[in-house]
Amino acid sequence: MNQGLTQWLMSEAPASRRQAVLGSVYRGLVAIISNPAALTGLVIIAVLILMAMFAPWLARGMSPIEQTLSSRLAPPSAEHWFGTDELGRDIYVRTLYGARVTLTIVLLVSVVVAPIGLAVGTLAGYLGGWVDAVLMRITDIFLAFPRLVLALAFAAALGPGIENAVIAISLTAWPPYARIARSETVTIAKSDFIAAVVMQGASTWRVLFKHIVPLCLSSVIVRLTLDMAGIILTAAGLGFLGLGAQPPTAEWGAMVSAGRDVILDQWWVATIPGIAIFIVSLGFNLLGDGLRDVFDPKAS
Amino acid sequence: MIRVENLNVTFHNSGRTMRAVRDVSFAVAAGETFGIVGESGSGKSTVLKAIAGLVKSSSTMLAVNGREAAERRSREERKLMQFVFQDPYASLHPRQTVDDILREPLIIHGSNNIDDRVVAAIANVGLSPLHRFRYPHQLSGGQRQRVAIARALILNPPILLLDEPTSALDVSVQAEILNLLSRLRQSYSLTSILVSHDLAVVAHLCNRIAIMQLGQLVEIVNAADLRTGRVQQDYTRQLISASRGFTRAQA
Amino acid sequence: MSAPLLTVEDLNVSFPGRSGMTRAVRNAGFTLGHERLGIVGESGSGKSTTGRALLGLIPQPGIVTAKRLEFGGQNLLACTESDWQRLRGRRLSMVMQDPKYSLNPVQTVREQIGETCRLHLGSNRKDADRRALAMLEAVKIRNPELVLHLYPHQLSGGMGQRVMIAMMLVAEPDVLIADEPTSALDVTVQNEVLRILDDLVRERGMGLIFISHNLTVVSSFCDRVLIMYGGKIVEECAAKDLHNARHPYTRALIAAAPSLDQPRAELATVTRDPEWLT
Repeated sequence: MNQGLTQWLMSEAPASRRQAVLGSVYRGLVAIISNPAALTGLVIIAVLILMAMFAPWLARGMSPIEQTLSSRLAPPSAEHWFGTDELGRDIYVRTLYGARVTLTIVLLVSVVVAPIGLAVGTLAGYLGGWVDAVLMRITDIFLAFPRLVLALAFAAALGPGIENAVIAISLTAWPPYARIARSETVTIAKSDFIAAVVMQGASTWRVLFKHIVPLCLSSVIVRLTLDMAGIILTAAGLGFLGLGAQPPTAEWGAMVSAGRDVILDQWWVATIPGIAIFIVSLGFNLLGDGLRDVFDPKAS
Repeated sequence: MIRVENLNVTFHNSGRTMRAVRDVSFAVAAGETFGIVGESGSGKSTVLKAIAGLVKSSSTMLAVNGREAAERRSREERKLMQFVFQDPYASLHPRQTVDDILREPLIIHGSNNIDDRVVAAIANVGLSPLHRFRYPHQLSGGQRQRVAIARALILNPPILLLDEPTSALDVSVQAEILNLLSRLRQSYSLTSILVSHDLAVVAHLCNRIAIMQLGQLVEIVNAADLRTGRVQQDYTRQLISASRGFTRAQA
Repeated sequence: MSAPLLTVEDLNVSFPGRSGMTRAVRNAGFTLGHERLGIVGESGSGKSTTGRALLGLIPQPGIVTAKRLEFGGQNLLACTESDWQRLRGRRLSMVMQDPKYSLNPVQTVREQIGETCRLHLGSNRKDADRRALAMLEAVKIRNPELVLHLYPHQLSGGMGQRVMIAMMLVAEPDVLIADEPTSALDVTVQNEVLRILDDLVRERGMGLIFISHNLTVVSSFCDRVLIMYGGKIVEECAAKDLHNARHPYTRALIAAAPSLDQPRAELATVTRDPEWLT
C-alpha cells in the first residue's frame, strides 16, 4: 500500500488539486527528512513539544514549584534525576515545565513578528513611493532600539513578566523580517507573472496576498527558525535579569540565574537548564538551515 | 481597434532620464495582426507594455476599441486585452499549478462554471488534461508557453499582445507555438500585436510590420514588401540583409 | 586537407542521475581542420556538452569516454589537470554565449587580457598591454586605448563579446570553440562578430568549432555542419548543401523555421522518431 501511496504522491501528473498539493507537501517533507541536520532539528523540537505537552505525566508526581527545604541542593540521584535547587525543587521537573514557558515565548513571538514583518515589507515593496519611504523609516527606528533596554523599560512601566518580555522581544524583532519581505517583494513585483495577474484585473490586495506573500513566506519562515535561538536566549537573558517570567514559574533563564551563586559547589543547578537552552537553540538553528536548503529553488 | 498617436515613454533611473519610446503613432485594424520588429533597445516591447498599461506613458491619443484608455485600467477594461510574455519560465507563478493559474482570471471576474472553462482552455492550446495539476517546473518551455497563451485567452479578450512569445524556445517548439497562435487568431477573430526581433517570425504571422530603432518608428511595411525588400529606409534594408545570414564578401 | 587539428572518435558523455545514466553525447565522431565547423541542434542535443568535453570542462560527476580524442598529436584523454591548464586558453580556447557572465565584473579589460598574457605567454606588463591593444584592434574595437580601461558593465553586448573574443585569442590558440557566441546579440551586431571570427580563421589558420541553434547563421557562415539530436550526430554535410539535407530530423528542422524568403501557411512540426537514436 505504501508503495502505491508514495507513487500517488510523487506523481508527475497529479489528477486532482488535492493530489497536487499533498504531493508538493510530501516532497518537502522527504527533503527535510533526507537532510540529516534538518531532521535532527526537527526531532529536537518535536521532543520539546512533547515535553511541554506531557510535563505533568513525565514529572513522576512532583510539582515544579513545591518546596522541600529538607532536600535542598541535593545532587542528581535516583529520586531527583537532575538534583534539586536551593529551595529543594526537583530540577528535572522544573526543566520539563520550563519547556512550556519557552514554547509559549516562541509561539507568541512568531505570531506577532511574522505577520507584522510580512505586512510592512510586502506593502512597502509593492506600493513603493512614499509608502515605502515611510514604512521603511519606521522599520529603521524600531531596528535602532536596543532589545534589552526596551525590555527594561517595559518591565519598569508594566511590571516584570513573561508577557511584557514577549512584547519587548517582538517589537524589536520584526524589522529584519520587513526588510527581507521588502527586498523579495521588489524582485517578485517586477516579474512577468505578477504583470500577468495585474493584466487580468486583480486588485492590489489580491496581488499582494494571493501572489506575493506566499512567495515571501518561505524565506520569512527560514529566518524565523534561525532567529528562534536568539529569541530563546533573549528570553532566558531577561529571565536571568529577573525581568522575564517571575518566581516561582519555572523558566530556564531564571533557573540559570538562581544557580549562579552555587555554580562551583552545586554545578547541576545552573548547568541543566543551561544545557536545555543550548539544545533547543541548536535544534531551531539546524531546522532553519535545513529549511533554507529545502526552500532554495536552485537546489531542485 | 487600437490607435496610438505620439506615444512617448520616458524612464527615470537614478537621476538619468531615458526616452525609450519617442512619438510613435500607428493604428491596428480589427482582426489584423500587427508586427513590431527592432533590435534590443529599440523600444518595441515598451510600446506593447504602454498599450497594455503596464508602464507609464504619455500620448496625444491611445484608444482601444474606440475608447480612450486611461492610465489606470478598470477591471472591465482589463478584459479587453491580454499579454503573452517572452520568458515562459518567468511568466508563470512558481508555486501555483496550471489549474490555479487558469482559475485566477475567472475568479477575479466572477465567472461561472470555472472548472469547465479551465478544462476547455487546456484542451484549446493542445495540452493534455494530465497537465492540469502540474506545477510550472514540471512542464517544458513549450508547454509553459501554451499555459501562458491559455491564461491570456481564457477571458476571451478581443486583443492579444504578444511580446517575443517564441524567442526563448527551440525552432521545433517555436513552429508548434506559431501554428497554435495562427489557429487561435482565426477561431477567436483576434486582433493582435506581435513584437519580435526575428524578421522571419514577424513576416510569417503579420500583415503589416512596424520597424523600430532607438525608440522611434522607422517605417511601416507590409509583409510581402518586407520579403521582397521593397522598403524605404536604409535601416530596414540593413536589418533584412542581416537576417538572411552571414555574407562573406561584404565590404 | 592537411592533418586534422582535432580528432574525435566515439565520444560519449554521461551524467549519473536519479533514474540511471543520462547520455548527453552518444558515439560522436568528427575531425576538425583549419576550417569553420558548425554544430547545430536544439536544447538538449548535446552540442554544448560536446564543446565542453573537448576542453575537459565536463563537471563532476559527468563521465567522458572516447576511443580517440586527440589534439595536435596529444591524447586529451590522458591529460592531467596541469596539462589542461597549459592547453586551455593557450592552444584551445572557448567563447561563451553571454559576455555578461563570462567576464569578471570587478576587473578592467586590461587586467583580464593581461592575466591571460602573463599566464600563457609569460609576458611582462608592457608586452601584455601591447598584445591587448593589438588584439582589441583585431576585433575591430574603434577606441582600444579607452576600452582597455573599462569594466565589463561599461561595455555594450557586442563590444563585450568582442572583448571576450580578444581575450580568448590573445594567446593565439590553434582551435577556438565558440558556444552560441552571437545568440545574445542583435542581428546587425551578430554579423560583425561573425566577420571578425571569419577573418581570424582565414588569417591565422585557426580551427573554429561554431556551436549554434540558428540554422541560417550556421549555413551561411560555416564550411561544414554537424547536426546533433539527442546527443548523437545524425548528419554531417557541407554548409552550403544544408538545404538538401537527407536526414529527416534536419529536414524537419529546416521546414519548421519560418523563412523570410518563402511564405508558408503553416510551419511543419517535428515528429520525433526513436529510431534516430539507435
